[in-house]
Amino acid sequence: MGQVDHRIAAIEKENLRHEWDDFRPGDTVRVHVKIREGEGGKAKERIQVFEGVVIRRRRGGVRGAFTVRKVSYGVGVERVFPYHSPRVDKVEVVSHGIVRRSRLYYLRERRGRAARIRTRRMGTR
Amino acid sequence: MGAKMGILGKKVGMTQIFTDEGLRHHVTVVEAGPCVVLAKQTPEQNGYAALRLGFDEQKPHRVNRPDMGNFAKANTTPKRFIQEIRISADELSKFEVGQEISLADVFKEGDWIDVTGTSKGKGFQGVIKRHHYSGANASHGAHESFRHGGSIGCRLTPGRTVKGRPMPGQMGNKQVTVQNLRVVGVRPDDNLLLVRGAIPGAPHGYVVVRHAVKKAVKAA
Repeated sequence: MGQVDHRIAAIEKENLRHEWDDFRPGDTVRVHVKIREGEGGKAKERIQVFEGVVIRRRRGGVRGAFTVRKVSYGVGVERVFPYHSPRVDKVEVVSHGIVRRSRLYYLRERRGRAARIRTRRMGTR
Repeated sequence: MGAKMGILGKKVGMTQIFTDEGLRHHVTVVEAGPCVVLAKQTPEQNGYAALRLGFDEQKPHRVNRPDMGNFAKANTTPKRFIQEIRISADELSKFEVGQEISLADVFKEGDWIDVTGTSKGKGFQGVIKRHHYSGANASHGAHESFRHGGSIGCRLTPGRTVKGRPMPGQMGNKQVTVQNLRVVGVRPDDNLLLVRGAIPGAPHGYVVVRHAVKKAVKAA
């Protein structure tokens, strides 16, 4: 792969929307997602919060995305959010986790106490 | 047929953008225009109506004398990519030889377009890659014919191989048109056209962008 064409780089830069507090895999976050309800003119927007553990973070400018996992009523739910999507209103970091790998897929096989992640005091790294 | 205006361009590459609704679009960036009208083909003289457009500078020492004369007639510098675009005979009078046509004259956001280009060359390919054959068994006693095409015909009737039979051969590096793509952005300052979806060829490949044949053009 060669260098990225400067014109493409410029378009990608325009589409970068967010610069959130740094979060990493293992951190627990609250993602505020804009949800559109209803059709056309009377469409209403509201904000829904999805709270869970970040199990993956993909870099790559506009293409970046992260996956948040939570267990809801005993069912594991994972959502992938494009990092720069305008639908993502904000991301709050609830706690920083101490993990030793960047992709926490092993959490999928664990339940309850086994799926805990040690946490670090907020603001330290 | 062929009454829809177009423009010449060059593929820059692909990226993705977000729309205001929050949708993610995969987008091809095309450097489109400005083009120069090098000549007009008229029904009286040539039997059909078309504009001959030129795009992208060519070094003068690469151009032979006769071509140089043609560029001089349009009062312009040598161009590298030259294509004719068929338009209707009545529209021919709207254009002058030597006139510059820029992106914003032809396309706007939301237009439907067809893009013609040269696909990436894959070389001489077998039947599996080229025609999506499924290949043969790797076991059950199979030998020496894992990626072969199998039978290419019947018996005495019809006694020949039917025309159009899929066989190995050159794949890619031929003209391909992708129809009904959407223009999601026009940036006249940089001559950039943002097209939703993929278009044929590699970056830096030349393409012809036309209004979609199968969609009605809104009155300009």
